[in-house]
Amino acid sequence: MTVATVTDSYPSTRWRRFREHFFKGLSVASLIFVIGPSIWLIADVVIRAVPHWRWSVLTTVPVGVGGGLENAILGTLVIMVGVFLIAGTIGVLTGIHFAELQRSRRNGKAGGSFLRTATEVMAGFPSIVLGYVGYVALCVGLHWGFSLLPALIVLSIMVTPYISKSTESALRQVPTNYREGAEALGMSTGYALRKVVIKSALPGIVTGLLIALAIAVGETAPLLYTAGITNNLPSTSLVHQPIAYLTYYVWTDYNQPIKATQYLSFDAALILIVLVLVLLVSSRLLVNRTQRYAEGRH
Amino acid sequence: MGDEIASSGVTLPVASDPTRRAFGLRRVGSFLRGSEEGLWRWGARVASLIPLVGLVFVLTVLAIKAWPAIKVNGPGFLTRSTWSPGSTYGAPVRTDGVLHPVGSSYGAWPLIAGTLQTSAIALIVALPISLGTAFALTERLPRWLSRPISFFVEILAGIPSVIIGLWGVLTLGPFLANHVYPFVSNNMPDVPVLRYFKGNVGYGEGLLTSGLVLGLMIVPIIASTARDLFMQVPPLPKEGAEALGMTEAEVARRVTIPWVRSGLIGATVLGLGRALGETIAVAMITGSILGQVSPNVYGTMTTIAATIVSQLDSAATDGTGFAIATLAEAGLVLAVISVVVNVVARVIVNRTSQHLAPVGRG
Repeated sequence: MTVATVTDSYPSTRWRRFREHFFKGLSVASLIFVIGPSIWLIADVVIRAVPHWRWSVLTTVPVGVGGGLENAILGTLVIMVGVFLIAGTIGVLTGIHFAELQRSRRNGKAGGSFLRTATEVMAGFPSIVLGYVGYVALCVGLHWGFSLLPALIVLSIMVTPYISKSTESALRQVPTNYREGAEALGMSTGYALRKVVIKSALPGIVTGLLIALAIAVGETAPLLYTAGITNNLPSTSLVHQPIAYLTYYVWTDYNQPIKATQYLSFDAALILIVLVLVLLVSSRLLVNRTQRYAEGRH
Repeated sequence: MGDEIASSGVTLPVASDPTRRAFGLRRVGSFLRGSEEGLWRWGARVASLIPLVGLVFVLTVLAIKAWPAIKVNGPGFLTRSTWSPGSTYGAPVRTDGVLHPVGSSYGAWPLIAGTLQTSAIALIVALPISLGTAFALTERLPRWLSRPISFFVEILAGIPSVIIGLWGVLTLGPFLANHVYPFVSNNMPDVPVLRYFKGNVGYGEGLLTSGLVLGLMIVPIIASTARDLFMQVPPLPKEGAEALGMTEAEVARRVTIPWVRSGLIGATVLGLGRALGETIAVAMITGSILGQVSPNVYGTMTTIAATIVSQLDSAATDGTGFAIATLAEAGLVLAVISVVVNVVARVIVNRTSQHLAPVGRG
């Protein structure tokens, strides 16, 4: 008579030990595969840009095959402010709608899955298709030409879902006690929303805004056929005047035959990386600071 | 006292008492505060409609623009491999009532195949790396190390794709073509599937490099979501499994991953959506060779998104507008793929994940 033991159906100890080591090795190796290339690519941009760096890049516009990037830097900043105003307003309000104001009538839980699905589908929509639609509908269809407004509209549609999502999760982290306390003090819903709920969710909302701006600053495809390009500094007109931006120079100039033009591309990449890192790191510092306060460690 | 209650918008039966009725400025303040909620509600409702309106607008414009191309190109658009804008010098001809240049013939199969191939490579590369990274961050590393590294991974998601493309085409591509691909190509056995790794390795501007770079770009999405998911797994089941004598690898395979499976699938599909729509990095790396499906993994090729960005300039010179319409049709194909993938991801995830990984899309 044979007795079935656990070890009969279970892999051998040696095999299990091998798998354990393999798993741990793979886990650390994958970390290296993520961090290695990331450091490599940031270092690559720095190495390409820094040896030829001139500070005049910041203060001159492109001239012939060389010159600077003042037009693109200012243009990118203008686009950033515009996206902040448009996408910030729409995104934050959408987030408030999803988190606070909208309740389905049936079960009292947060509803609106249709609107939410639309928002999240927009979050994954191919940016070049948005750029194409901006080009045919706004630049050509409405005769706006390559200009700031179509670029802002396309970019805002693109980043609004990030802002609404981060706003929504920031608002959901506000304790229910706060809302109940506000109500018990006799505040109206709107007043409580402004003075209590949004105020305590503000760091989370601002973090989402900063990250969305970092994304908007780094975009190329939606801008190529909506913003156009110009050597002039940004003007005050929303339409009919093209506007320069940093990613354009990275995209166009890296494979030009003339060295001075190539350097412009690397300089633009360096400025872009610094700008994006500043935005992302400051968003992180904000999170850390808030968490410290929330945990009572000042 | 009564005035304050009234002015804060709470409905109390104070109107019947003349001494407690709010007058003048207080009344204005009361009105504003009472309607403040209305303002918030109205504003928020309008704002929340905008993404939906944008989506409908974009799809409508695409469909209207693409309609002439859909009529002329027919269903063969999805299977043909030619991409010929025709002659702009001859008189344009009319097919099905649509004016287009003589000899124009468009087929999107190489673009669709390229999009699917690069995304598949990206996913194959990114999924194990992301899971390994998430495990290392949650289980293996001490907190003082895992926090900055998590932050670093999140930063990677925000690096502009044009910069990743720059690195991919100038540094990574040539490096791989000189030092890695020849070795792989020479030593790969001549059996099915692996056969695609044999052949001319080119200059690093091709399918495999694009796929690898795309993989690097979607790792942050999958890894940061997986890290959040792993941290949500309660410790008790894991400790129980270890108490039963399971190794860490077995705990991961039999407890942790099944616990958050739907979230992981959702994150993976989200990453896939990003890989499908990525434009600039791929356009810089692939070489944008139209009308060709790559014979091996090193060959030059193109994707739908890369084709739109590289062809729109020349398409605008087609006086009949047919080239632009065809690009709209290609964009529509990409949009449909992307929307389907996203909706599927949402259905699977069903809001398990709280944050939307912020990553550039080109």
